[in-house]
Amino acid sequence: MTEIRSQIRFMLNGVETALSDVRADETLLDYLRLRRSLRGTKEGCAEGDCGACTVLVGRLTPDGLIYESVNACIRFLGSVHGCHVVTVEHLKGQDGALHPVQQAMVDFHGSQCGFCTPGFVMSLYALWMRRADPTEADIEKALQGNLCRCTGYQPIVKAALAISSYGRVDSDVLAGERARVEAALNAFKDGARVEIGQDGQRLVIPASVEDLAAVLEAEPTATIVAGATDVGLWVTKFMREIAPAVFIAHLDELHATSETDGVISIGACVSYTEAFSALSRRIPAFGPLIDRIGGEQVRNMGTIGGNIANGSPIGDTPPPLIALGATLTLRKGESRRTIALEDFFIDYGKQDRRPGEFVERIDVPVPDEGTHYAVYKLTKRRDEDITAALGAFHLTLAADGTVAAVRIAYGGMAATPKRAAAVEAALTGKPWSSETVEAALDAYGKDFAPISDMRASADYRMLAARNLLRRFHLETTSGVSVQVSRYEAA
Amino acid sequence: MNKHATADLKATRILGGVATDQRHDSAHKHVTGTAVYIDDMPEPAGLLHACLGLSTVAHGTIRSIDLSAVRAAPGVIDVLTGHDMPGSNDISPTGRADEPVLATGIVQFFGQPVFAVIAESREQARRACRLAKIDYDEKPFVTDVWDMDRRAGKLVTDPLTLKRGDAAAAIEAAPRRIKGTMRLGGQDHFYLEGQIALAVPGEDMDVTVFSSTQHPSEVQHMVAHVLGVPSHAVTVEIRRMGGGFGGKETQGNQFAALAAVAAKKLGRAVKIRPDRDDDMTATGKRHDFVIDYEVGFDDEGTILGVDYFYAARCGFSSDLSGPVTDRALFHCDNTYYYPAVRAQSAPLYTNTVSNTAFRGFGGPQGMIGCERVVDEIAFALGKDPLDIRRKNFYGTTDRNVTPYHQTVEDNIIHRLVDELEESADYQGRRRAIADFNAGSSVIKRGLALTPLKFGISFTATHFNQAGALVHVYADGSVHLNHGGTEMGQGLYVKIAQIVAEEFQIDIDQVKITATTTGKVPNTSATAASSGSDLNGMAAQAAARTIRDRLCDFAAEKYGVPHEQIEFLPNRVRVGNQEIAFGELTQQAYMARVQLSATGFYKTPKVRWDRDKGEGHPFYYFAYGAACAEVSIDTLTGEYVVERTDILHETGRSLNRAIDIGQIEGGFIQGMGWLTTEELVWDDKGRLRTHAPSTYKIPLASDRPKIFNVTLADWPEAHEPTVHRSKAVGEPPFMLAMCVLHALSDAVAAVGDHTVCPRLDAPATPERVLMAVERVRAQTGA
Repeated sequence: MTEIRSQIRFMLNGVETALSDVRADETLLDYLRLRRSLRGTKEGCAEGDCGACTVLVGRLTPDGLIYESVNACIRFLGSVHGCHVVTVEHLKGQDGALHPVQQAMVDFHGSQCGFCTPGFVMSLYALWMRRADPTEADIEKALQGNLCRCTGYQPIVKAALAISSYGRVDSDVLAGERARVEAALNAFKDGARVEIGQDGQRLVIPASVEDLAAVLEAEPTATIVAGATDVGLWVTKFMREIAPAVFIAHLDELHATSETDGVISIGACVSYTEAFSALSRRIPAFGPLIDRIGGEQVRNMGTIGGNIANGSPIGDTPPPLIALGATLTLRKGESRRTIALEDFFIDYGKQDRRPGEFVERIDVPVPDEGTHYAVYKLTKRRDEDITAALGAFHLTLAADGTVAAVRIAYGGMAATPKRAAAVEAALTGKPWSSETVEAALDAYGKDFAPISDMRASADYRMLAARNLLRRFHLETTSGVSVQVSRYEAA
Repeated sequence: MNKHATADLKATRILGGVATDQRHDSAHKHVTGTAVYIDDMPEPAGLLHACLGLSTVAHGTIRSIDLSAVRAAPGVIDVLTGHDMPGSNDISPTGRADEPVLATGIVQFFGQPVFAVIAESREQARRACRLAKIDYDEKPFVTDVWDMDRRAGKLVTDPLTLKRGDAAAAIEAAPRRIKGTMRLGGQDHFYLEGQIALAVPGEDMDVTVFSSTQHPSEVQHMVAHVLGVPSHAVTVEIRRMGGGFGGKETQGNQFAALAAVAAKKLGRAVKIRPDRDDDMTATGKRHDFVIDYEVGFDDEGTILGVDYFYAARCGFSSDLSGPVTDRALFHCDNTYYYPAVRAQSAPLYTNTVSNTAFRGFGGPQGMIGCERVVDEIAFALGKDPLDIRRKNFYGTTDRNVTPYHQTVEDNIIHRLVDELEESADYQGRRRAIADFNAGSSVIKRGLALTPLKFGISFTATHFNQAGALVHVYADGSVHLNHGGTEMGQGLYVKIAQIVAEEFQIDIDQVKITATTTGKVPNTSATAASSGSDLNGMAAQAAARTIRDRLCDFAAEKYGVPHEQIEFLPNRVRVGNQEIAFGELTQQAYMARVQLSATGFYKTPKVRWDRDKGEGHPFYYFAYGAACAEVSIDTLTGEYVVERTDILHETGRSLNRAIDIGQIEGGFIQGMGWLTTEELVWDDKGRLRTHAPSTYKIPLASDRPKIFNVTLADWPEAHEPTVHRSKAVGEPPFMLAMCVLHALSDAVAAVGDHTVCPRLDAPATPERVLMAVERVRAQTGA
């Protein structure tokens, strides 16, 4: 029988904290600002886009204690159970000296109005811990989730390049308390389930995946919260009730990735950041895509499982996974079923997930040697923007140069992530030539009738979607990238 | 303990005087999270929170309004409507009485505030707001000036016409003529700190309002007006804003007024901080424009006559649309001389939020129209746009009269552009790009160099005044206050530098204090790039008054003539001896010398007769030039800015570090306006881009890959401005025009530069791709 506790435990800056009065929908940001008067952390947008609320969350992983930047505005307080929360107030040394990140920002004139600055400091701090001598590309990637309206970013990037000349990571405040924090976080992991509150405020933190299965069987309509990059907005923007909420991001079993017989298995709670290396090493096209999902904070929180489970028509991972023929394993209690990923999406906002079921893992076949695979995401702003249209292409050519098999899937073109079945049919068996491609463009009209919205017009979506096939053809036949790029190819 | 004991009494130069690269005075607080914004202030006991209830139709009369469920919601203390304003339910900044605090009877845009909930917590107030039941009798509405007869639409304020010569005749007689229309999008300010006000009731009629505002005096007047009390009852204070950009010039009034009304009614402190969506929905933005133009020119590309019609989406009320659309006309010339010109504005009524001030204040829109005209001429003649630009530059001794009949006396654009053309290797890259494009079918590159001239002064002459208050304490430390507000632009540190310079004391002896209407009255908005020009002069005047008194005192006490008294770093030479500054002030105090003074400044020379369209509205002009290179993907419209080179001037800079920050930041903000920042209204009149998830300002990774910013070190202000420095707040914003034109140039490459792409703004990837398609269709490429 699982032990049940009614208290979450975490470290806040230097102090071990235990709370039994936590609401399911209480955000970490409100807790910090309203209950702890830690007002260095700001609210800019309450939707995880501007980064003014950036804090670090340290958690124990198989690789030890790691710190990641997250958006406190959409992170739920309950989900920091077992973690170390670090705010900007923690950076200053005992002697009042500025932290190297802070001093560099001051010296390079990295702040003007200053409101976004604590968030930038925290994002740069996370980067610095990971990579003390970052490239400009590393810095820009780490700052995709931080908006500054004053500086134009130039002085901030210059400051970031200089941090290492101000101090060393191993003599830094978090390095100094590392052993103590690790001990504390290990002690928090006592194998108990946490349940707090009643009715509209109830939250559950299962002890394990087995326990999660049991909890969901008992409460099949509970809101499952993994990274909260979607559910967080249900609360902050729409004030929806989410209780009872079941937090799952801490479950180690759901963070695992593995590869067997050319199939990569991804646990439901694997974050974009965690998935990056596992996927992009074997399927290089995933790297640039993941780099353009959200900002760093969102990639640290958001999960591929959640991106699928919530069924958004503009979720970025389903189309490329569908093009690869990925499958989804859903679990209810002790029973499991595995379906083709594309079959999971029934209609807008409607997925094939039954009460009490949860997404356990995604299995992704690695494309065969010699096949062509590409993913193209179109947005208004290149980085940290929600997709206008996204195309994923997986092409197998026969020895004679004809299309042996092709799987094409799009996001942003229909009410769900969707395969371009008519286009595929128009290509299959034909020579992989520009004539074939041009002739297949008509078939888009059979597959898609996209909408116009604030991200793009229907006309643009159709035109650009077709042009992505042209681009795919050009790239597969020329072997070089036919795209504008900020960074030289790695 | 006199801190001056630690000041360096042998220094040859003070720390932090003018023309030094001081850091922002709050930088160390920004990075540690200890800089206090209004929402960070310790909250008064019993603080209540307000939330706005917004209309859910774009235009309609209110048939019935049922707020009973709102009132009954948990934590709700009170609900206010427009009928609850004790004085006047009006916050129109220009006295036109066309903008209610809370709408009564009729709503005129989707998202207009109709009621306000006051509750124990912010969350309770937000939740309760959603329980209102309001029944509207919906009326037809228009959100976009594109859809209306722009010459006959309803106006929110008086239009303006600028005229010199007979434009129609000149165009008619010209060898070549072009006519066209351009669309330009608006822009949300996206200050990181949203609107916020905290009102603390006092005794009698008094109330103190902490307001995130660029214009404390106006907030004071508006709060007094809405409360029906004299201005003396209202004190408005602001230490710093988390960004303003014009969005807090008038837009804070509503929040301040509501907080004050609720605080006085309930006898408790009230805070109102709208969430980002409400902030973006219910507050004004940059005006979007449709610009009709017709130009006559000769075969060499010299403009002979031009006619502009600037139609602006103003929203439902006038707000600042009059002066904004006026300023668009004032910049329809940019750096170009028009032998004959007519420019007309149409500030049009729409059922959208009332548009307002935004960095550049109509100037950017005015210039963009004229740069389009230059591009049209270049394409028509098959010439490089830079040649056409140069050909039409204002002269220095002739061809130098503006459409508003002011003579340009300080023109330095020729040298700036020549230097930038050279340093950016414009000609070399022009050839390299042509070669690249010849060999690249999908990716095309583009290059453009655009000049800039921006008029400095409020066009409303009476705003060109400022006050300051300086106290010198007996220990020699200085308390500085002035009418300008700090929104990140570094105004406070610049003014402190000026005061430190005046007293010849280290800048750490000068305490910068929050702007408050109780210390310096009747101030102007910190706007129009005028912050340091005006307040710097006022603070300098106040400091000089005290310095003169100290001088008089020293002369008398030590029996030396005035000319033997000299202010040296942290000390004063009196005859043959040197006395520490703090010691002299101590002696002066003991001798009962007044060590406090006010200072005042009004800009000379400025005058403007709006009825005649003639005058000298600008004290001087600021100049700059920028060059951008871009790559576009002609299959998707995606692009990157490969490189930008900027050469800008700020006279004899007070603080180069701060000025460069303004230039870099202004450029990126301008680039956002012209590229990815798009405001979208749907068919219900709803703004759909009301949060950063849908409204895309530039990121670090949108910066030009190579970004060279240089301050021209040779210009100095033509007029005796403070230490011969020049304004820098707004002008750099318009440097970003080069990005739009570089994108246009890349699109034009698809058709071998034979047709003008007429690329409108914002040039989103979608607009770029559609322009590519247009050029392809026109040229058969």
